[in-house]
Amino acid sequence: MVMGNVENLLLLLVSLPLFGAAISYALGRRARGFSGPVATLAVAVCFGIAIYLTNELMVGRSLHKGAIVASFGNWVSVGNVSLSFDLYFDALSAVMCLVITGIGALIHLYSIQYMSSDSGIARYFGFLNLFIFSMLLLVLGKNLPVVFIGWEGVGLCSYLLIGFWYKKSEFVQAGQKAFVMNRLGDLGFIIAMATLFTSTGTLDIVELTSPESLGRIGEGVALLAGLALFFAATGKSAQFPLFTWLPDAMAGPTPVSALIHAATMVTAGVYLIGRMHPVLELTPQVLSVITWTGIITAFVAATIALVQNDIKKVLAYSTVSQLGFMFIAVGCGYYSVALFHVVTHAFFKACLFLSAGSVIYGCHHEQDMRRMGGLRNSMPITTATYAVASMAIAGVAPFAGYFSKHAIIDGLMHTSNVYLAPFQGELQIIATLLAVMTAGYMARSFFMTFMGTYRGEAAPHEVPVIMWSPVVVLAILSCIGGWSLHNTLFSFLDVVVRTPSFVLHNQSLTSYVIGSLPGVIGILFAYIFLIRAVSLTEKLQSWGWMVQKLWERKYYLDEFYDVVVVTPLRIAGRFLAVGVSQGLVEGFGGGIAVFVQALGELARRTTTGLVGGYALYMLLAIAVLVGILV
Amino acid sequence: MSVYGLCIALSMALFLIGAVGVCVRRNAIVVFMCIELMLNAVNIAFVAFSRLHGGLDGQVAVFFVMVIAAAESAVGLAIILSVFRSFISVETSDVSELKW
Repeated sequence: MVMGNVENLLLLLVSLPLFGAAISYALGRRARGFSGPVATLAVAVCFGIAIYLTNELMVGRSLHKGAIVASFGNWVSVGNVSLSFDLYFDALSAVMCLVITGIGALIHLYSIQYMSSDSGIARYFGFLNLFIFSMLLLVLGKNLPVVFIGWEGVGLCSYLLIGFWYKKSEFVQAGQKAFVMNRLGDLGFIIAMATLFTSTGTLDIVELTSPESLGRIGEGVALLAGLALFFAATGKSAQFPLFTWLPDAMAGPTPVSALIHAATMVTAGVYLIGRMHPVLELTPQVLSVITWTGIITAFVAATIALVQNDIKKVLAYSTVSQLGFMFIAVGCGYYSVALFHVVTHAFFKACLFLSAGSVIYGCHHEQDMRRMGGLRNSMPITTATYAVASMAIAGVAPFAGYFSKHAIIDGLMHTSNVYLAPFQGELQIIATLLAVMTAGYMARSFFMTFMGTYRGEAAPHEVPVIMWSPVVVLAILSCIGGWSLHNTLFSFLDVVVRTPSFVLHNQSLTSYVIGSLPGVIGILFAYIFLIRAVSLTEKLQSWGWMVQKLWERKYYLDEFYDVVVVTPLRIAGRFLAVGVSQGLVEGFGGGIAVFVQALGELARRTTTGLVGGYALYMLLAIAVLVGILV
Repeated sequence: MSVYGLCIALSMALFLIGAVGVCVRRNAIVVFMCIELMLNAVNIAFVAFSRLHGGLDGQVAVFFVMVIAAAESAVGLAIILSVFRSFISVETSDVSELKW
């Protein structure tokens, strides 16, 4: 394959963050002063490259079947199977790359100030750049093993960054929990790869999703592979019942939560399903399972978010809930709609997390909203950005979230999936209810943090310009990112994942107003319960304490896992350690040692040190030898 | 039994006496003498077979054995002497450091 400029740029796009990570990590503490700017610059240049490549893709120059393909060379060849380390840049990858590098660069910039007083800053930026590298590999891999490297890489970086402050043991445990739950999902990925490879003989995504390969996949295999892919996505994208790691992942630094646990890594599951959708479409029942899982996740997480008091926990459950929305769209077969929600969600959720980071920074590491309040006076810019992003996630009309969420709810109406079609009405009502709840918990967190009077001790202050400027950019994007990208994005993606016709209709003003109603109702509810009628809220709480308890304890899922998974595993571990390892293995090994020692004791007796004895052995030996030879 | 048979029987008897002596005696000098005895038993066998077959090579071999026995007795006596210097004894049972 002849490699032109464009191909080399694609290789550079992936390599740059890796070099950045190497610089930060190799120099360690010596890089304290400049690791932040270097890492930020690396990602910013990547963003530039991604824009250039996307432009190439749009104008259609230097194209090979609608995509730019570049190769790092041959990777593995065993027998008649050969894998090359190929990158594949099509519309789907382009959108993901732009989100990863664009928002990544802003969050890097924000981190320079946020992490400036931390002694591990070089390590931090090393991990962050390594994450960008892995994520780019994930979305650019041409065959499944390359994607898998990225898939594992982002899991590793997530683990490293959740446990970044490793001196606190509960943070390290949160990292381990995330890692183990992600590994569960990885199992699904491996099973999917294995089943698809045995039936089609290829791991290349383009070949795999071609009609002749799909024809070779039997019904049972398709079901197994589909469920395995879905399970992989469930782990990575924190869906029910594997979502409990994501709220715990908030132990990491807030910019990390913004980048990894809101904007990019957790959307990898949605990307994977979008990428492999021809395989999943062989089995509509799997797709319907995805939608139902999305609905359950969105509902469970939204209810939990309603009663959280930690500002980052609210955002974490909100992320889980929004990921649920994306899965709803994916299950209905509207991958471009889901991807659109990935993009807008990246805008407003990154903005929310960074605003929350600013609040935490300004309130001197306070995260509990009960000790905040009234911050609109001391932090006006952060208040504005949080408000804009909250409106966006609530799905109020001109803001970004409205367009994507509206498309998802519309999608439920138009789905052609035979397993979902009978429940269209019910699904739509639930999704609308979820939109109301989304607006409710976001408004609640906004009112608790920024309105009313200040309830904390330390004096809050606005953050410096290097921190609020990236947040403002994200706020502008959450403001205009919906309607400005709406048509461009859908027509751009149409090549890879067909765009349903209903989203391209131009909407009238009335439909905007009606579509915004769930969001507005949610905000009004929060306003009434929190600001106007506090006594009524308290009365409701006394009636509904059981429900509240259930939500506060996160449906006792953690306890359930403790009883069903953790405790049996611990008992099994102890059995293996004491019974098998100490008893059986060491007993067997020790037995051999005792036997050998006894033999040695016998042999010892023969070496008396007496010359006569040795002479006798010699004679006997010679006699035996002569007897044998003659 | 012919004279050759007697010679071989004598040779075997001497060799056995020497071998048993090497194995059971403690005094290094006696052990040494027993070794000489074994060498000479072999010499008798050589000469007897040489006469029997009418060749001379067996008798030539005897000369070699005697030369080697002389060299060996020089080295062996020197070893015994230095053993005596360090252990003040020529009993082999006293010189039994090299075990296990």
